[in-house]
Amino acid sequence: MTATHPQRAVEAVWRIESARIIAGLARMVGDVGLAEELAQDALVIALEQWPASGVPDNPGAWLMATAKHRAIDSLRRQTRYAEKLEALARDPSLTRQAEEPDLDAALDDHIGDDLLRLIFTACHPVLSTEARVALTLRLLGGLTTDEIARAFLVPEPTVAQRIVRAKRTLSGKGVRFELPTPADLPDRLSSVLEVIYLIFNEGYTATAGEDWMRPALCEEALRLGRILAGLLPEEPEVHGLVALMEIQASRLRARTDASGAPVLLADQDRRLWDRLLIRRGLEALARADALGGALGPYTLQAEIAACHARALTPEDTDWERIAALYRVLAHVSPSPVVELNRAVAVGMATGPAKGLELTEPLRHQRALEHYPMLPAVRGDLLAKLGRLDEARHEFERAAALTRNQRERAVFLSRAAACADGRGPLGSCSSARLREQPR
Amino acid sequence: MRYMILLQAEQPASPPPPDLMEAIAKLGEEATKAGALLDTAGLAPSAAGARVQVTGGRLSVTDGPFTEAKEMISYALYQVRTKEEAVEWTARFLRLHRDLWEGWEGEAQVLRVLGPEDFAAPA
Repeated sequence: MTATHPQRAVEAVWRIESARIIAGLARMVGDVGLAEELAQDALVIALEQWPASGVPDNPGAWLMATAKHRAIDSLRRQTRYAEKLEALARDPSLTRQAEEPDLDAALDDHIGDDLLRLIFTACHPVLSTEARVALTLRLLGGLTTDEIARAFLVPEPTVAQRIVRAKRTLSGKGVRFELPTPADLPDRLSSVLEVIYLIFNEGYTATAGEDWMRPALCEEALRLGRILAGLLPEEPEVHGLVALMEIQASRLRARTDASGAPVLLADQDRRLWDRLLIRRGLEALARADALGGALGPYTLQAEIAACHARALTPEDTDWERIAALYRVLAHVSPSPVVELNRAVAVGMATGPAKGLELTEPLRHQRALEHYPMLPAVRGDLLAKLGRLDEARHEFERAAALTRNQRERAVFLSRAAACADGRGPLGSCSSARLREQPR
Repeated sequence: MRYMILLQAEQPASPPPPDLMEAIAKLGEEATKAGALLDTAGLAPSAAGARVQVTGGRLSVTDGPFTEAKEMISYALYQVRTKEEAVEWTARFLRLHRDLWEGWEGEAQVLRVLGPEDFAAPA
């Protein structure tokens, strides 16, 4: 590894191993915050020693052993942990020699459960959503507070404080480092999935040219999803979420043009779609379906995304199937945004008049009052019906509502086209600009 | 970032030891569960392949095997955050060869695959 900067080599090991180390330590000491500090201590020692001594052959085991010794030291120093120390003394993994192979195997068996405990703890319902996101990226992703701050466009101290407070809340509320009971599992799992998808979307909505940490969130969320799929292989919605993210991520390269402006789904160069991610997404979707998850909200959204992924040209898109899937989704997980997307799909499948009709009740939905996509969708449907004056009005409204400069430019150019009497631009709609319901 | 790892080695006289194959499978499982390994497979000897070339404006096809000392043995595609992470996974992979197959020599190339970040608009 002479060619690689030693500190960066240590950091690479850290990224690979940190979650498992923190998880293993948290089981020992029963406190996620303390576990993370101990793991950080081990990292500091590695950063001091490895550049001179070289990276050990099994760096993960080295970090774990070092952190465990720190854990024992720290417990010894604190008499209030006397009982825990006793419990630790009884833990055979600490008294036996580390090179015994059956011990390593026994530790391996724990790792999956420990990681799951860590994920469920980081996404615990006693924490605010923001705290769950920050703690998950910190504990599972091994991201620094600075990286999290850059990714979410907030000051670093804010993130640091969020994490400190989250750890304090967990120990203050006596949240135990354990797996949810079977009865709690559905709710607890949906909190985890929500956090991962939030992270993904934060990265997905980042525009080109922004700090690279923002788009990197997509990769981070995908990684977390894939880890979770390995830990909970029987849960269909985990595979559904992974499928959804893989397929959406497959379009990353095609969704902005050379100047960074967004490219509508219908106008994307489909040759730029990442076939490997599509293949992986379709495989994950098949797993979700095989596990009986076809009606899960994430699986349904993945199924919709898959309809687009399977279409080699926009004209090949099976809009009738998409409209039907949105209808099911609207039933399973009703929301005005889903209803709006259904209107788009129906507009494509059955005709703009029918789609427009479905948007009518949405005009009085408070949740969509400031949502630029509602007037954008209506503008598109009206333009297709030749009602250009009304369409122009809707596009102008959409432009006034969006906070995204690139999007505003798109809406204004459509408004201008309506004013010129040109009507619909291209073959398809601007309605799919934001590709998925949020 | 995505990296392609290409393993090259001399065509061995004997098949790889079963212990090595087991250890490779375990490492692959670990890397998959870590969300890092996207795809991997072994490659058949070049005798089973062909080479298509353009030289001096002429396109030619040559059946394998090729005379190079080294054969492409396998490929792997990793999704990682830094080059060092890709190097670390590759080092683990080669360490297994070193420890479990006496006398084995070979090399792996760690190549970054161009991704959306390479085609992003200037900031």
